[in-house]
Amino acid sequence: MRVAEAWRVAIDALRANRLRSVLTMLGVVIGVGAVVALVAIGTGTKRQIEQQVEGLGSNLLIVVPGRLDPGAAPTASTLTMDDVDAVIRVVGDRSRVAVTISSGETVRAGSREAYASMQGVLETTPDVFVRRLDRGAYLTRTDVTTGRRVAVLGAGIARQLFGDRDPIGRQVTIGGVRFRVIGTFEELGQSLGVDRDSEVHVPVTAAQRLLGTQRIDGLAIRAPDRERIDALGGAVVAALVKRHPDTDFSAVTQEQILGVLGDILGVLTGVLAAIAGISLLVGGVGVSNIMLVSVRERTKEIGLRKAVGARPRDIGVQFLLEAVLLTTIGGVLGMALGISAALLVDRLTPVPAAVTWWSLALAFGVSAAVGIIFGVIPAQRAGRLDPVVALRTE
Amino acid sequence: MSEEPAIVAVDVTRTYDLDGVSVSALRGVSLTVSADDYVAIVGTSGSGKSTLMHLLGALDRPTSGTLRIGGRDVATLGPAEMALLRNETIGFVFQSFHLLTRTTARDNVALPLVYRGVGRRERRARAAEMLERVGLAHRLDHRPNQMSGGEQQRVAIARALVTGPSVLLADEPTGNLDSTTGEQVLGLLESLNADGVAVVLVTHDREVAARAHRQIVMRDGLIVS
Repeated sequence: MRVAEAWRVAIDALRANRLRSVLTMLGVVIGVGAVVALVAIGTGTKRQIEQQVEGLGSNLLIVVPGRLDPGAAPTASTLTMDDVDAVIRVVGDRSRVAVTISSGETVRAGSREAYASMQGVLETTPDVFVRRLDRGAYLTRTDVTTGRRVAVLGAGIARQLFGDRDPIGRQVTIGGVRFRVIGTFEELGQSLGVDRDSEVHVPVTAAQRLLGTQRIDGLAIRAPDRERIDALGGAVVAALVKRHPDTDFSAVTQEQILGVLGDILGVLTGVLAAIAGISLLVGGVGVSNIMLVSVRERTKEIGLRKAVGARPRDIGVQFLLEAVLLTTIGGVLGMALGISAALLVDRLTPVPAAVTWWSLALAFGVSAAVGIIFGVIPAQRAGRLDPVVALRTE
Repeated sequence: MSEEPAIVAVDVTRTYDLDGVSVSALRGVSLTVSADDYVAIVGTSGSGKSTLMHLLGALDRPTSGTLRIGGRDVATLGPAEMALLRNETIGFVFQSFHLLTRTTARDNVALPLVYRGVGRRERRARAAEMLERVGLAHRLDHRPNQMSGGEQQRVAIARALVTGPSVLLADEPTGNLDSTTGEQVLGLLESLNADGVAVVLVTHDREVAARAHRQIVMRDGLIVS
């Protein structure tokens, strides 16, 4: 029997039982749709995080006390401004070094208040990270050395405290201490689950005085180029270990952070896809079930076809094609469903979704494979039917 | 055309295994159907005539004995070769017609050619020709449920003939038809026989059987006369 003929017979058979075909397909549609949509969400999330990490700035090296091994306990920072000076000497360029000491504080202006993440920083922060101002100016070196009480507000804080008014030159109190607003940041949105618009930057020295501490929490260095990142990290860690023989220090690059995050998100995407895959499997079992019913219902037809010369293979191929047709049509509809779901999620929720070609190809391939795998048993059963028995069935 | 008879059965038996009990449906039957034969097989139900019919049609294989159809020993053939043998040498006509219900008369008749690998255009042409021959040229695109019983049986006969078989096996071909239509169908079979197709029909209608060139009477799995 010619293949085109077999397709025609299979399509006719599916048409004859339209409702049943649609319901059987539905299992595959939902399974494939779920795979495509969930993989899209996983991929979208991964891409967004990668963009955010890369958006911090290029060739960054982040130095923190303690080991950065999974499961290692966080280490209390023993770093001080003296250590920062030592690091600046190693790097040889103050504008490449940023520090931070952070604390959650309530910021007030008149009767309004907002909860902010106060960051005590050097004036170099906009040089090291990508950080753009909306209004006013950033901290100066003098602000840092003299511990001047001036603040740069994140876009969210500025809006909460001042609304549409210009905050430049106005007073705010941070943790009860008065600061003067000298600038505001451009809006940044969420990054790695942190609201970056609720930051308030003040000179590190002013922050230390406010918190009554000498410590800083961590520092970041922007290497001149990619090749020198590792050497620079080694030199900085060595200098710090020399000053603090009892403490470990770690220098991590964006690539390392991306690698770790990428692994985690990759596993997450895999798990999501696997769960969706189970529903595809269930859909496949449904196809198998319906095909077995179909073989039984059409026993007489099979008998007749055999009587007029159909070989076991012809009958088997006919039923296999029917199953494959069910799952591939279901697969295509499922892809459409998955793509629409992903687009809706991307448009209507904060969760990003990016449909990838490989997930579409995979979903289609798997649905075709499901048709073959779950169609084989019914097809074999149909092919092996004894024509005498089949013809006798009424 | 050839010297060899269409079907030769020598001491053929067929035993079924039903839930561990073996039942003999045929207990040693010898029979020759020559190329222009017109044979009626008669017998009560359970006499083994249907079993014999299935064997003659290469739908089944004997438990013992030799069965040669179209010069080939069926014992040496696999299922696919049996299918080919049926397609090339046998035409079946059933009591209940066995037409595909959702398919037009033309496509029903063309069905055997599908398994012979004949292209769609040629299939449809040959099917139309065959339907014309059985007097149904005006019913090409009708479905079985749009036709009378006699018309359906004539479609089935056209289907049996479309491959140019050497033997036409008819199992109670008039059993579901009124006497007038039955008469027409028999007339058609007889004219085909006159054209050189061997016809073997199973019936329990004595009048039908009497029209055949010879009668084979079966009882308890044996040919008694």
